Amino acid sequence: MADQDSADLDMLENDQPLLLAESLSKSYGRIAACRDVSFSLYPGEVLAIVGESGSGKSTLLQLLSGQLAASGGQVSYRMRDGVTRDLATLGEAERRLLFRTDWGFVHQDPAQGLRMAVSAGANVGERLMAVGWNHYSRIRDTASDWLTRVEIDIARIDDAPRTYSGGMRQRLQIARNLVTEPRLVFMDEPTGGLDVSVQARLLDLLRSLVAELHLAVIIVTHDLAVARLLSHRVMVMKGGRVIETGLTDQVLDDPREPYTQLLVSSILPP
Amino acid sequence: MTAMIDIAAAKKTFTMHLQGGIELPVVSGVTFHVNASECVVLSGPSGAGKSSILKMIFGNYRCDSGRVGIRHRGTLIDLAAAEPRQVLNVRRATIGYVSQFLRAVPRVATVDVVAEPLIVNGLARAEAQQRAGELLHLLNIPERLWQLPPATFSGGEQQRVNIARGFISDMPILLLDEPTASLDAANRAVVVELVAEKKRQGVAMVAIVHDDEIRHLIADRIVDVTSFAAAA
Repeated sequence: MADQDSADLDMLENDQPLLLAESLSKSYGRIAACRDVSFSLYPGEVLAIVGESGSGKSTLLQLLSGQLAASGGQVSYRMRDGVTRDLATLGEAERRLLFRTDWGFVHQDPAQGLRMAVSAGANVGERLMAVGWNHYSRIRDTASDWLTRVEIDIARIDDAPRTYSGGMRQRLQIARNLVTEPRLVFMDEPTGGLDVSVQARLLDLLRSLVAELHLAVIIVTHDLAVARLLSHRVMVMKGGRVIETGLTDQVLDDPREPYTQLLVSSILPP
Repeated sequence: MTAMIDIAAAKKTFTMHLQGGIELPVVSGVTFHVNASECVVLSGPSGAGKSSILKMIFGNYRCDSGRVGIRHRGTLIDLAAAEPRQVLNVRRATIGYVSQFLRAVPRVATVDVVAEPLIVNGLARAEAQQRAGELLHLLNIPERLWQLPPATFSGGEQQRVNIARGFISDMPILLLDEPTASLDAANRAVVVELVAEKKRQGVAMVAIVHDDEIRHLIADRIVDVTSFAAAA
């Protein structure tokens, strides 16, 4: 079974973190939004950061993705050439390139991650042009492929996302992010604000894309059901600190910290 | 004989912080081993901690103390002290868990639900689906249902889908949590035969079965869980 062997080999050879956070902190004056967070993320691994509003999870996501400068600690990332670099030492151009190619960022509000007035095809194609694609019909073909993969009718390719429903916009944002085949995608409450039925479809889509593309994902969510469905590992945050961490099913089925127990017991049974 | 599972002095307590920090002892001093080609059945009344022990072996419940030795790719590793990544690797390659209830994923066809553990381990989709079909057939799930998501199936059908999913892989260790609970006689017989086949392949199994007849048919050894009752 050659396939089996290569899968095993993958697991062994990927034994090097993709992203490494060390003692990451951020304070605004006297208020500490994020305190002493350390973890490593491996290729293909999905990490959920859970906690209620104000727990520091969105600040952490911004620190990790280099959008916010840390007050202390550092984030390093293993670049495509295999060299692990401290994000703070990257130049602005290098950081932008990383964001356009090897990283994705899915915002809760699709309007933040899309250009609402240009066509869906252009929204997806733009990321390809940014990495040097210039053949119009190839760009359009790839964009159509991706719209199909995220279950958007090709007939809508020339429409602007402002004519789309919330769920379609979110799927378009995902296509725009994945078209450059990133290795790491940050997601900030990707299902927040959507109807339950639309959420289920989106989660299901994300789950299969993540597995198929072997994506590493850091997903911020306050919804434990989302964490359970998508993530391998969970970090629970409260007051800017990580108070509990472990395998997702361990933390959710056998929560240890009082706050985690409160979170878990607050879910209504399905 | 090499033990596939070697669990020693494992202890589990729940601390209920929302109920004033009550300590709920579950089990302590859990010690037994399971060899290859052997099915050990856990016995004891409801609430004695049988399912908790299975969850400790699967790494789903964390132990307070003790050791959960699992033979994974030829070496014995302590799951009670393993890193999350290691636990995931063990679940991907070594330990399968057949629970009573299917955690249905919306929109995924039954045949793919069953085939998934093989696909995750790198088997080609077509081949995985073919093996899934064989098992579904054996467990009397009509072919017209294979392309439908199991979410709308009856409880018994969902359970059989779950059994197919649990038995499809070539995991050297299988944990069976009431695999025959709501099945009719014909399907119970199928499960008994599946267990026998796994034994012939050298698989080590730990099972919880309430049905005395089934227990006699599959158990090589019985471990009485009441002896691990935690002192309150």
